[in-house]
Amino acid sequence: MKLTEIELEIVEVLEKNARIPVEDLAKMVNLSVQETEMLIKKLEESNVIVQYSSIVDWSKIAGQEGVTAMIDVKVTPKRGVGFDEIAERIYRFKEVKALYLMSGAYDLSVVIEGKTMNEVANFVSQKLSTLDSVISTTTHFILKKYKHDGTIFEQNDDDKRIVVAP
Amino acid sequence: MEQTKTYLSETVNALKPSGIRRFFDLAAGIEGVISLGVGEPDFVTSWSVREAAILSLEQGYTSYTANAGLLELREEISAYMEKGFHVTYSPKKEIIVTVGASQALDIALRAIIDAGDEVIVIEPCFVSYAPLVALAGGKPVTVQTKKENDFKITAEELEQAITNRTKAVILCSPNNPTGTMLNRHDLEEIAAVAKKHDLLILSDEIYAELSYDEKFVSLAAIEGMRERTILISGFSKGFAMTGWRLGFVCAPEEITQAMLKIHQYAIMCAPTMAQYAAVEALKNGQEDVIAMRKDYRRRRNYFVQSLNEIGLDCHIPGGAFYAFPSIQSTGLTSEQFAERLLLEEKVAVVPGDVFGESGQGHIRCSYASSMEQLQEAVKRMKRFVERI
Ligand SMILES: Cc1ncc(COP(=O)(O)O)c(C=O)c1O
Repeated sequence: MKLTEIELEIVEVLEKNARIPVEDLAKMVNLSVQETEMLIKKLEESNVIVQYSSIVDWSKIAGQEGVTAMIDVKVTPKRGVGFDEIAERIYRFKEVKALYLMSGAYDLSVVIEGKTMNEVANFVSQKLSTLDSVISTTTHFILKKYKHDGTIFEQNDDDKRIVVAP
Repeated sequence: MEQTKTYLSETVNALKPSGIRRFFDLAAGIEGVISLGVGEPDFVTSWSVREAAILSLEQGYTSYTANAGLLELREEISAYMEKGFHVTYSPKKEIIVTVGASQALDIALRAIIDAGDEVIVIEPCFVSYAPLVALAGGKPVTVQTKKENDFKITAEELEQAITNRTKAVILCSPNNPTGTMLNRHDLEEIAAVAKKHDLLILSDEIYAELSYDEKFVSLAAIEGMRERTILISGFSKGFAMTGWRLGFVCAPEEITQAMLKIHQYAIMCAPTMAQYAAVEALKNGQEDVIAMRKDYRRRRNYFVQSLNEIGLDCHIPGGAFYAFPSIQSTGLTSEQFAERLLLEEKVAVVPGDVFGESGQGHIRCSYASSMEQLQEAVKRMKRFVERI
């Protein structure tokens, strides 16, 4: 689907800040509020904008720190459906936060979130490895998130400029 | 006690202290100020550019460069100017890397001015022009532009300021503080006057990368103007590199060699580390420039519309990152408005008259601030305007 210049601008702004008031967004792209609302609706309906969510630093919330693991999975693709069928079986689990088909040494990259390492380990050993087409899994736990989806978690971005300058 | 004699020169004594300085002192003492008073990008220099400077330090590039700057950088500048602005300058003979556009202005003026020569300064404008002319021994002749003309100088207004001592005109587009950008037609009009009176033009194109509605046209690209133009630009604004202190000047060989004489005695060369950073900026930084420009444009659209909505009449600035609204509807002077806005609502803007007489009745607001800051500033300004 090809977007107009203005639709692209709207997507760019909303991707960075989904909570911007539509009145302000309308001004930024030089449209009326109604026109802007219509375009946003169109972008939502065509699934270009899939969802609005927040980036949360769970490590800051006591008792909710959780763990994230990235699991490299080798599978046997099936005739006719390739990797799609096994991918679907995997991504339907709510523990799976992301799933990608990869080039290279393994086939699927699965991102799992759980409360504890044990929980993730159980998921891998009981749910993931036992699937018919899965040949092997390698689990990597994430120790610290520095940057996620383009957002740096601990950023010192104070304005360092002097207050008034020519 | 008896008054001791002053060692200061008459020229320096006669320079007026900058009105910006006073405002800075006032604003610096207050907590929680949203500053729209800053004439520089809010972006930090791209990481790849900073990383290139770090690498140059690690590799030990800490000595002087050629007076005119690293040849590699001059070659990049030459290619950049040709590709982006359709002007051709020889890297070896017609380009000097300077300590910001500021120093480029200084050497350009010193290279051309004899005592008493007049240089036309079109106001409102960047605060350094007139003092630099005076320091070079010249006489700044100011011309005022009008809001009705979007602060563009007309050919007649320019001609009226010309005398037989006029040597040059300083032109700035996109302009600080008005944001006004001159299009090809405007430039052609000015060019015709320059040719008719055989004047040189110092064209300050430091904001060239930040033009939002029309493609920027360099004065040197106008028919017959290259030989009478000193083109001044740099990395501060478009590449978000103000603190690196790096700019450049392009001019015909004779003028460039004269400027180089001054440059080599006064400065030796621009900072080496910054020059390596600039090479990276020109080689790989264009994408970041485009992204910043898009961002500024959206903020401009938001901010200028918001100003008009709260009753501060503002023309649409075609470039730079300044809005220059009229505050006449409030009945206050620029100074009163800016001072009260700062004290009562903690928003710092710069009174327009700091940039020249014709800036009276206006304030300069820089929209090089995050959207969140701009939204909050608009809220506070609205409250302020409604109250007075
Ligand atoms: C119109 C204009 N010219 C020149 C300069 C100086 O720029 P530089 O940092 O390259 O010395 C500025 C900076 O504010 C400016 O606004």
